Amino acid sequence: MSKRMPLFVVALAAVCFLLGLYPGWVRQPKAVTEFGRIPVLADGRFKPLDSVARSTLLLIQGNQDVTTPDNVDLTPDEWLLDVLFVPEKADTYQVFYIDNPDLLSLVGKGEANLKIHYLSFKELEPHLAEIESQEKLAEPVEAQARTRFQSSVVQLYGNLSHYIRIRRTILPEGSTDFLGELLHIQETLADGIEAVRAKEAGKPHDEAKAAALIDEGQKFVNMAESTDILAIPPDEGDPDPNTWHNAGHALLETFGKGEVNPAVLAYAGMGFAWRKHDTASFEHIVGLYQASLDRRYAKQAQKARVETIFNAAEPFYAGMWIYLGAFLFAAVSWIKWPEPARLSAWGLVALGWLIATGGIITRMWLEGRPPVTNLYSSAIFIGWGSVGLCLILEATFKNAIGTAAAGMVGFATLIIAQHLALAGDTLEMMRAVLDSNFWLATHVVVVTTGYASTFLAGALAIIYVLRGVLTRTLDKDTADALARMVYGIVCFATLFSFVGTALGGIWADQSWGRFWGWDPKENGALIIVIWNALILHARWGGMVRQRGLICLAIFGNIVTSWSWFGTNMLGIGLHSYGFTAAAFWWLSAFVVSQLALIALANLPLEKWRSFRSAQ
Amino acid sequence: MSPILKEVRSLFVSLRLTVTLLALSIVLVFWATLDQVHLGVWAVQQKFFHSFFVVEKFGEMQVPVYPGGYLIGGLLLVNLLAAHVYRFRLGWKKTGIWITHAGVILLLVGELVSGLVQKDYSMRLDEGQTKNYSESARHNELAIIDATDPNFDEVVAIPESLLAHGTVVQSPKLPFRVVPRGYFPNSEIQMRSQVPGAPPSPATSGMGPMVAVTPVEVNYTEDGHNIPAAYVELVGTDGTLGTWVVSIGLGNPQTFEYAGKSWKILMRPERHYQPFSVTLEKFSHDIYPGTDIPKNFSSKIRIDTPEGGPGREVLIYMNNPLRYAGLTYYQASFDTDHTSILEVVRNPGWLFPYISCGAIALGLVIQFLIHLAAFAKRRRA
Repeated sequence: MSKRMPLFVVALAAVCFLLGLYPGWVRQPKAVTEFGRIPVLADGRFKPLDSVARSTLLLIQGNQDVTTPDNVDLTPDEWLLDVLFVPEKADTYQVFYIDNPDLLSLVGKGEANLKIHYLSFKELEPHLAEIESQEKLAEPVEAQARTRFQSSVVQLYGNLSHYIRIRRTILPEGSTDFLGELLHIQETLADGIEAVRAKEAGKPHDEAKAAALIDEGQKFVNMAESTDILAIPPDEGDPDPNTWHNAGHALLETFGKGEVNPAVLAYAGMGFAWRKHDTASFEHIVGLYQASLDRRYAKQAQKARVETIFNAAEPFYAGMWIYLGAFLFAAVSWIKWPEPARLSAWGLVALGWLIATGGIITRMWLEGRPPVTNLYSSAIFIGWGSVGLCLILEATFKNAIGTAAAGMVGFATLIIAQHLALAGDTLEMMRAVLDSNFWLATHVVVVTTGYASTFLAGALAIIYVLRGVLTRTLDKDTADALARMVYGIVCFATLFSFVGTALGGIWADQSWGRFWGWDPKENGALIIVIWNALILHARWGGMVRQRGLICLAIFGNIVTSWSWFGTNMLGIGLHSYGFTAAAFWWLSAFVVSQLALIALANLPLEKWRSFRSAQ
Repeated sequence: MSPILKEVRSLFVSLRLTVTLLALSIVLVFWATLDQVHLGVWAVQQKFFHSFFVVEKFGEMQVPVYPGGYLIGGLLLVNLLAAHVYRFRLGWKKTGIWITHAGVILLLVGELVSGLVQKDYSMRLDEGQTKNYSESARHNELAIIDATDPNFDEVVAIPESLLAHGTVVQSPKLPFRVVPRGYFPNSEIQMRSQVPGAPPSPATSGMGPMVAVTPVEVNYTEDGHNIPAAYVELVGTDGTLGTWVVSIGLGNPQTFEYAGKSWKILMRPERHYQPFSVTLEKFSHDIYPGTDIPKNFSSKIRIDTPEGGPGREVLIYMNNPLRYAGLTYYQASFDTDHTSILEVVRNPGWLFPYISCGAIALGLVIQFLIHLAAFAKRRRA
């Protein structure tokens, strides 16, 4: 193999990633991209419509790509445009994912074809009443106690209402020419208001005009109640720039102000053009509206622009595959082409880590927060921290073990993050009790680093076992080096998990008046600290040797995963956020796999391929 | 030293004991975490950590099945001290370990102290309301109030535990004895008309004949409320005044006249009076726009002392408590948009964890750096 291989491999990966950032590469018209970066106020924060589209799709169908019944592929932004402005078409897109057989039969898809998992709103619409009544039965049951059918029906009901609320962002129910309606109101407003006033005063009036206006008013009230996306900025000159409204609310002000809100008109115009496939007008109106927002909301518009690029680049998704590649190269380096493959792996890990670093920094800037704010970001940060440590290990030991571990942990944590992102917007707002950048930056970051290093020790131990049992590549020097790495990382993990846990206690003392409350998450962190201390004392006391240390480190994976996910599944205590039913299955599977690895490590040495050949 | 003593000493000095105790403590913490689902966090602390043995009930039998927090923590303390007296040698290489272990000792002692002396109360204030006491979340008292003087009340408070034990109370401030006639840690209180088959009530006075008290099982869960109730007979010099039913489920006090005075009798959460008063001036509760996610709670309060002078105004909000007169006030919760619930904690041992954790962290960092330096030196060699 040529010496230039590593350079070539890393450059190829980098180019693939950078192409994702290049706007010309995006497979949608520029005007649609521009539409996607319009900021709205949703879930308590300003975000681009692109993020609304993506997080909704992740929530309801589990991925971001939509295929229409005519086999046209839509981007998330195009899908959102159809939902907002051509709802009768969007309702036929099969975007609701259902995997529970009982729920499928409830919506009439049980017996006929078990392979159908994606349904359209139109297909679900006739069953809305049944879904709602089942949801009413299941909802009072605590999340942990629900059956699979119950959780599925609660989830589907939530997804359907989410969809309906998004569909109502701009258009009222059943409207096909909203722009026309608004222009008509604008024209007849003065007469209409006069008629209504006369009617209220009991004077002679034009009943038809009054009734029409009252009708419109009722429609706007319905609209105002049926969406939570605040898409309409306050009027120019409003002293509070944060009082954004939803479209219905803004339209209700029409009667007082004597004119239709210009932002609603702009949206209605975009909708008109989009329905008519009038690309030029669409581009023109989006451009005008963007320009007005850029002027008044420069900061929010800039953040929305960056967030849109960030969404399209998917740095953590890219990083996931780069880490996987790194792991494969590292594994290859133990069998063939030691230097070129090792360096390729090292380069890929470094590239993946830099991309992840960029992604984390972007998220921090968008949110104005330290890196870890929820379960999703903890997965990313655990991966980032472990890989960072691995880069140091590899620079020190130069035996591809650090990069293999980096590839393994990096890939695993990012896959976990991908699944956690299915729960909705990952840049969610912090609840009051957690709203402290100081403690998020200290306690959460340090304790997460503790998790990361405990997992890393476990990953290194797994490499020891798998290489030793299954291959002949684990010679004595490598085995000793691996054991030393595990020991060093356990020391590091003890320090960070202890300091992180203690800082958590101090935060608790500051917030609730007790240093230690035996909350499940606190207990989980405490168990990690004690486990690491146990490993160190067992080794110092000579109670375990190399293989014992390896087994204890693998068990550390179980301890850490319990604290990270298991404690949230109890559904009690102050940290019980982010419960997912599917997570329980995965956690159990993970625990079993780790126990299997420990059993493997306890095979007599003559069964280990490496040591057998050494003897 | 006799061989047996030597054996015992080497057991207490050994790392084997340390590892065993650490393993036992992991199981204890894990088990206690799982049991919280059923017992709630407070009962779990009593059962697992503030005990020498974890006691499980098998039918009527109470069997100790596992070492509790006091036993494991105590043995760890002995183990650590013994190791330092007999096994460790002073030396620069172990500086970090020494400091860490000193911190651990302090941490264990501090947790013991906190567990024994920490008291928590809560203070529920409507906007504009002033209180000079806070209330216990778990303990109640029987209050008998001489309300003759409209300007002030003379109160005799009898702790719930005396009612539970059936202790007869005689106080120089009361012209009658208080004789507990029955006590239920948790009960259901209903109007007698709603419970047709209820047995006759032992209570003869006040609300007594009108309500039916049904004992129910004690609820240990975190948000579960218990409604204790008791029957108390008041016996004067000329014989009985009658038997009253008291319960925190009854709300308003019951009144009666005796010896030319007006009296009130009620069961209420145990009060802790403080020599100053707290007024809630304003409670704020913000949410993120367009959502129901809470963004911040804060209580603007004023503290007035009997010495008079301008009151001290303080803003209490999440992560920013008020420490005053040995008490700490935290923003714990709220009821409506105008009612704030503050948690009031007295914990003289609050500094222990700060010092001990600081020492442990410092020790670990030092030891880590010593190891790192040694490793780097070996690699260079």
